[in-house]
Formats: sequence, C-alpha cells, structure tokens
Amino acid sequence: MKEKERLFITVIGEDKKGIVAKISTLLYELDINIEDISQKITEGFFVMTMLVDIKDSRAALEEISLQLKQIGQELRMEIQIQHENILKMMHRV
Amino acid sequence: MAISVDEVFETASMILFQNLDIRTTTLGVNLKDCVDSDFPRFMDKVYQKVYVNARRLVERAGELELKYGVPIVNKRVAVTPVSLIMESHLSPEKFLGLAMSLDQAGKDAGIDFIGGFGALVQKGMTRSDVMLIEILPDVLSKTERICSFLNVGTTQAGLNLDAVNLIGKMLKETAAKSSKSLGCAKFVVFANAPEDNPFMAGAFHGVGEGDLTLNIGISGPGVVRNVVANNKDCDLTQLSEVVKRTVFKITRAGELIGRELARSMEIPFGIVDISLASTVAAGDSVANVIEAFGIERIGAHGSTLAIALLMDAVKKGGAMASGNVGGLSGTFLPVSEDAGMIEAVKKGALSLDKLEAFTSVCSVGLDMFAIPGDTPQETINAIIADELAIGVMNNKTTAVRVIPVFNKKAGDLVEFGGLLGSAPVMEVNRFSAREFMSRGGRLPAPLTSLRN
Repeated sequence: MKEKERLFITVIGEDKKGIVAKISTLLYELDINIEDISQKITEGFFVMTMLVDIKDSRAALEEISLQLKQIGQELRMEIQIQHENILKMMHRV
Repeated sequence: MAISVDEVFETASMILFQNLDIRTTTLGVNLKDCVDSDFPRFMDKVYQKVYVNARRLVERAGELELKYGVPIVNKRVAVTPVSLIMESHLSPEKFLGLAMSLDQAGKDAGIDFIGGFGALVQKGMTRSDVMLIEILPDVLSKTERICSFLNVGTTQAGLNLDAVNLIGKMLKETAAKSSKSLGCAKFVVFANAPEDNPFMAGAFHGVGEGDLTLNIGISGPGVVRNVVANNKDCDLTQLSEVVKRTVFKITRAGELIGRELARSMEIPFGIVDISLASTVAAGDSVANVIEAFGIERIGAHGSTLAIALLMDAVKKGGAMASGNVGGLSGTFLPVSEDAGMIEAVKKGALSLDKLEAFTSVCSVGLDMFAIPGDTPQETINAIIADELAIGVMNNKTTAVRVIPVFNKKAGDLVEFGGLLGSAPVMEVNRFSAREFMSRGGRLPAPLTSLRN
C-alpha cells in the first residue's frame, strides 16, 4: 500500500457560502481524500484547515496547487497548501 | 498530537502576511578541480560545472517551494575564491574572461548571483590577488551576477592594511564605471569571513569545504516584528523569550527545506544561516523590529541594547532549532535595503558612527550605505579599517559594503531600484587619517589570538 502523503490546505478570509462545497468537490474530482476539517474565527479571520491525503491522486502537486489557487481567487480568499511535515517541524519538538 | 487550526493559521499567516521566506539557497561549488593550463578548456570546465549544478538547484528549489508553500526567493552559487584558481593565468583579460564565463553560466541556469570572485588576503597578497583587485572595477561594472569579496583580516593573522589601502581606489573606480555606482553593491570586504555564508555579496565556497554543499539563509523580520507587536507589555526577559520561540519555528522550517533540498540534489547539507535579512518590501524591515520594541527610530539611544536583545534571542532560538547553524548568523543592517533604515537616516536619527557601534552587539557590519562620491580614498579605507578592526580584535565577523556614489553629495538620495532600494548619501567625518593609513603594513594579531 502506498504511504500517505498529507497536506494541509488553509483557507483564510471572509466567511461565505460554498467554501467547503467548492473545495471538496475539486478534491473529489482529483481523487484526494479529506481526513479532517476544522474551522474557527481567529484574529478576525475566518480560518478553515483541511488535512488531505493525496496519495491516490493522479494530479501532480503543481496541478492541485494551481486549481486550489484558482478557487481561492473565485472566492476571494487566501488558500495556502503545505505538506504536513513543515507544520510538524515548526510546532512539534 | 494533531496540529490545531491555530498552529496552521500561524504558519500560513507568517507566509501570507509577514513575508516569511527562505531568503537564499546557496550552492557552494568547488572549482579547484577545473584548474587547467589550457585557459579555454579551464573556462569551459568552470562554465559546465557551475551551469549543471546551478540548473539542478533551480529545478529542485522550485519543487520544494510548491510542496511547503514557502517562497524560496533567491537561488545562488558560491565558488572557490577565484584568485586561488587563477594563480597560473595571470593576465587581466583572463580574469575578466573568467568573470564573463561565470556570469553567463549563472544567467543560463537562471540564478541570481554568483559569489566568490575574491581573495583571502588577511596576511599577504599573491600576484593573483593583486591582479584580481585591479580588475574588479571592470568585473563589477561589466557583469550582472558576479559578486566579489576580500577577506583582509582575521583574529589569527591581524589586519592587512596594505590590502585595505587598495580598496578605496578600487571602489571609486567601480563607482565611476557602473550605472548609479551600483557595481560597489556587489563587493564586500571582511574580517573573519565565514567560509559557508550563504548571503550575497559576500558568499564564497571556502577552501575547507567539500566538492558541493548547500547552505541556506532563512529570513523573517516581519514575523519577529509581528510577535513583538503582539507583546507590548512584557519585560525584556519575556520579550527575549517570545522572539526566541518564533525564531525557533522559522529556523525549523528552514532546516527542513534545506535538508530536503540537499537530499534531493544528493549533496551534503551545509548550514542554516539565521541572520534576519531585510528587504525594502513593506513589513520586512529589521529596523521596524527594533522600533516595535519601543524605540522611536533606529539610531536613537537605546538602539544598541535593542539590537543586542534581538540578535541574542535570534541566535538562541536558531541554535536550538538546527544542529547546523553557521554562516554569519548575526544581522546585517543594510541601509538601502531596509525601509526603516532609510527613513532613520533621512530623519537624522541614524549616523555612520551609531551604525558602527551596532557591530559591538552582533551586527555584522556597515552595509549598503552611500557616501559622497568625492570622499577621499584614504577615508574610505579608514572607514573599512575601523569596522574590520572591531572584528579582528573581538574575534567576530565584520564586513563593509560601501557605495561612494559618483557625483553625489551628503544629503542627496540615490534610487538604486528594485531589491537594492534607495540610499540617502551619508555624511562622513571630514578629518583625515591619511598619514596613519599610509603607514601600511599589518596590524599584528591581537593578544586574544594567542590561545594555544
């Protein structure tokens, strides 16, 4: 079995309808599994994070990133994609 | 334990809103194996070695940028000090030819700068070293990417005043030959130069290094400023603590990316340089960090203490985060490349003398400052000698990058454009050290060097 390859997708901006719908539809189309979703209002921002596993996806990281950024533009929200390793390195000793 | 929304948000905001980036990935390339008595063949070997490896750096860095979402701003190459590999090709045309060839390799590979066109002359100069210094005005004005350095002093050897005395003249010629005198921005003179510094213009691949090595410089004045601004009411001990924790996090990110980049290129990972590096972008200023501490303008009394606190906390956080901290790992406070520094000079808050004083608490030197074009060459030499004497006597790296701007007077503003920013021309002391400087010779190594 292929090892998991997990990314964090962070969506930051103003809360509106359809954020989860749009992103999860794209992820489904790209064959990406969502393992966890959390959201909260912090420092005045709506922040949603998704932990996803891209091991089954045929799309390259570049493609995934490009499509997500496009959705970000449509929603007028910042979308940041990062491999989970960097968050583990920064926040766990 | 799962990563929380707040932690993900913290990291994402550092990148999206506070300019966190990997400021530079610098590939050290040994050129000693390219040495050949046939000069065209020698140039060809140098071109190939630099081009092939630089190309790989650019490709791999792009992949990691995507994977971790952290911009890798600059990709650079540092080579073996050029005077060393040119010892058997002593003609100015050949020095210039090699510079052109290196410049072309960098351009073709898509990298920003190539460092290492310099020499280690702390104790004496070979004919090749002297020739290199003589040809520098042409190299710095005719090439785009070539950066040069000279190491003219060490704590072990003392300070080579004869070498220092060649620099003022060289810089004035470079200033006259290059547009806006910008050639001078690509030259740094050092005392105790580190062999693995990834930051330009002073990077070179030291003779004690292996064939290839990857060094990286992280940055994040904006991130540090943000955390300082969010901790207005704490005392110095607590302030140091919050800065330390933040720097720990950003250094860990740098360490991860640096190691993975080196691994994917199948070369050894060298060091992480934890210097805070500013840019002219809004919010990316080290001066603004100092000001966020509660100092009206950098340069005011109290600034030296603030820098001491900042850099000590940066070093402590960085050293805990990475086992391979190296390079300069201090702070350059470049005048023209830092919006807060430019403002402080314009407002009369910051003088050259205060800038020199910052060196005592871990600033690395006098960086990217403009002085009048008619400053006598021996005064330029004396400015350099003063700054480097601090390094030699205190067993630390110090450096100078000065631009005697052609045809400009104190108070004028020079727009360099782009990343190099703009520089208010600073006043220099009008009294002369001519007779003292003309004594020449070498400042003996200080007593502190006798440690065996």
